[in-house]
Amino acid sequence: MGTMPDGTQRESTNNLTQGSARGTAQLDDGVVPDPSLPPTSVDESVRDAADRAWTPAKIALWAAIALLGGIAWFMLAIIRGETVNAIWFVFASVCTYLIGYRFYSKVIERYLTKPNDRRATPAEYKADGKDYVRTDRNVLFGHHFAAIAGAGPLVGPVIAAQMGYLPGTIWIIIGVVLAGAVQDYLVLFFSMRRGGRSLGQMAREELGVIGGTAALIATLLIMVIIVAILALVVVNALGESPWGVFSVGMTIPIALFMGVYLRFIRPGKVMEVSLIGFVLLMAAIIGGGAVAGTEWGAAFFHLDKVTIAWGLIIYGFIAAILPVWLLLAPRDYLSTFMKIGVIVMLALAIIVVRPEITVPAFSEFAGRDNGPVFSGALFPFLFVTIACGALSGFHALIASGTTPKLIEKERQTRLIGYGGMLMESFVAIMALVAAISIDRGIYFAMNAPAALTGGTVETAAAWVNSLGLSGVNITAGDLAQTAKDVGEQSIVSRSGGAPTLAVGLAHIMQQFIGGTAMMAFWYHFAIMFEALFILTAVDAGTRVARFMLQDSIGNFVPKFKEHSWRPGAWLCTAIMVAAWGAVLLMGVTDPLGGINTLFPLFGIANQLLAAIALSVCLAIAAKRTAPKFLWIVAAPLALAAVVTITASFYKIFSPVPAVGYFANNAAFAKALADGKTSFGTAKTQAAMEAVVRNTMIQGWLSIIFVVLSIVVIITAVMATIKALRNTAAGLPNAEHEDPAQASRVFAPAGFVPTAAERDLVAEWNQLPAGDRLEKSGHH
Amino acid sequence: MNAVLAGFRGFAGYLGRVLGADAYKKYLEHHEASGHTSLPLTEREFWRDRTDRQDTNPQGRCC
Repeated sequence: MGTMPDGTQRESTNNLTQGSARGTAQLDDGVVPDPSLPPTSVDESVRDAADRAWTPAKIALWAAIALLGGIAWFMLAIIRGETVNAIWFVFASVCTYLIGYRFYSKVIERYLTKPNDRRATPAEYKADGKDYVRTDRNVLFGHHFAAIAGAGPLVGPVIAAQMGYLPGTIWIIIGVVLAGAVQDYLVLFFSMRRGGRSLGQMAREELGVIGGTAALIATLLIMVIIVAILALVVVNALGESPWGVFSVGMTIPIALFMGVYLRFIRPGKVMEVSLIGFVLLMAAIIGGGAVAGTEWGAAFFHLDKVTIAWGLIIYGFIAAILPVWLLLAPRDYLSTFMKIGVIVMLALAIIVVRPEITVPAFSEFAGRDNGPVFSGALFPFLFVTIACGALSGFHALIASGTTPKLIEKERQTRLIGYGGMLMESFVAIMALVAAISIDRGIYFAMNAPAALTGGTVETAAAWVNSLGLSGVNITAGDLAQTAKDVGEQSIVSRSGGAPTLAVGLAHIMQQFIGGTAMMAFWYHFAIMFEALFILTAVDAGTRVARFMLQDSIGNFVPKFKEHSWRPGAWLCTAIMVAAWGAVLLMGVTDPLGGINTLFPLFGIANQLLAAIALSVCLAIAAKRTAPKFLWIVAAPLALAAVVTITASFYKIFSPVPAVGYFANNAAFAKALADGKTSFGTAKTQAAMEAVVRNTMIQGWLSIIFVVLSIVVIITAVMATIKALRNTAAGLPNAEHEDPAQASRVFAPAGFVPTAAERDLVAEWNQLPAGDRLEKSGHH
Repeated sequence: MNAVLAGFRGFAGYLGRVLGADAYKKYLEHHEASGHTSLPLTEREFWRDRTDRQDTNPQGRCC
């Protein structure tokens, strides 16, 4: 009764009491809406009717999207021409995202999350004007996207391009629709229903003490690894690059200035200070070219990787104990500002320039496990090399952090959580396109370790040509010219993904704006923003890890729980910095070329975190949906578990030294025992000892990760079975959601409001201003 | 030309809200709407409080 099948607005407010009781069958939700207010939710049956009304125009639109997507996939996957145009990557990804968003995420919404707009969100019932603030969905989309997207989606796809473009493209696009976006959406929704609780707290509640503790320790270790390897990417990008060192170094005084400006000179003028900071950044990039051109500048800022790594470690410690307002907050503004701007610009450039791609769909390395860029076979290592962009566990920490406290209406979680991750996936696709738009010979010369390329343009060109890659024939002159174009002394063995992406981006952008004269600027612009994202992530990651450590130690020594106790804070910061610093130095000094062996560990760590997050989601989902819909969570969980556990087992047990840590360890230990003074790529005994030490640590890290994750997954499966049994037996399950409270606001769910939503917004707008602004009972 | 200008203004405004430039405005709205009788924080106090609370409640940034 009271339903409006045609979607028209209710006639008058007299009907409201009746209106709010409409559809009572589905509305047994314990929410008692304020009868003096218009409805806070579009009527269920009206929404269903609109969803199911397939008008010819709507059918034609979705048929066109499906057709365009299908053609694009056909061009990428089936047609084997000399080249493929980059625009097909855009069409294949965007059409697949649209279909995934419109159809699959709606399935999840209907059968699993079941949002109820009549319920108030934490931003409403816990509103404090500071942490819990209702935020416009479009703004929150940008905010959430800026928080989840960083350097990860820009680096992984570049490294994975070793195997050709197709495996990476398929994994990024299909992976995000079925796994990555599902995880982000579910964690965001479940955390929102729990007042914005963190992943760790949810794990403790749902999985019990053992599962919760394993999840906590795993999260802490994973953060250390992720911070270390992100730092390694920066070190590799800045090593022997005076220009890069100068311009990235300048971000520190710029951020300090911005911090002081915001604190003392003009508080709250965020946009103004960001613009000033941006102008200064551009000046730092341009100035970097001039400084690196002078003799003293080139000498002073020419640092080797070990020095930069130590600089970064010292910086990391100081940055993490400085007050937030001085360094972290201003750099965060700068980083967000750059992120949104750069991504919009890159998308425009790719659409306008539409580069031709000569990289094959499957390269010669797709079927082998000894590629020079990352070692290991396509399955499982491609799936861990591309973590961010397809499935990133780190997002679960964001989706259970700030964002759930800002959501205005429950139904908006689909746009923010699922949609935000689709957007990150698109960034990964663009990074892939940028990386494969450069010559394949240059790609391998840049990304193989110096032990293979020999480090000079002549040896690198000879090595690349000896690989026997089809269509690849580079000369030492090509490599020297590219280095000159981008304003670097050398581009040989600049592994880590960031420099390759920067060359690719410079290559595309110079066709869009500025021509070859601008290539050096664009290159350093790209290096600068990647470094900016990473430094922010390193700084924030160290802080979060330090608090986790303090809380853990606090269980035994209560004094540590006092976050303002300086000695405790400094000690814990030092421990966390020492932990990631050790891994970083290990990567920098690794004769096997750091990234090659460590990057898989980054992906494994990130996806183990995804497996943990999905385990928690599975245990929660089991209480609120029919068993037949649990596959929505179980499928990505199974995938993440199989990929990461298989990858870990390879890393632990593989007899191939290039893949297995312990096999490598044994090979080097044996060589040392035999009294050899050089072995493989290690040219000295000290280097050989370093390999023995590094592989042992990496091997044990792999073991600890995989054991902790298996513990979490097992406890989650047990919790799931228990919940299903309870449901079958008619017993209630323990419910950890906050109690439902009636919402007193309305806002549309998606970017574009539906007809019914527009009517409802109009109805709300007719309320006297005083009534409308009234917030839910907070006094 | 006006449309271009308006579009640019719109984008700049959006970017500002994503950065959280309107946080103080929203705080004042909340303060007024929730019927507090005490005086709200001044703009300077509000922004100080905002970053100082992050010191003890850090938020991760993603990779």
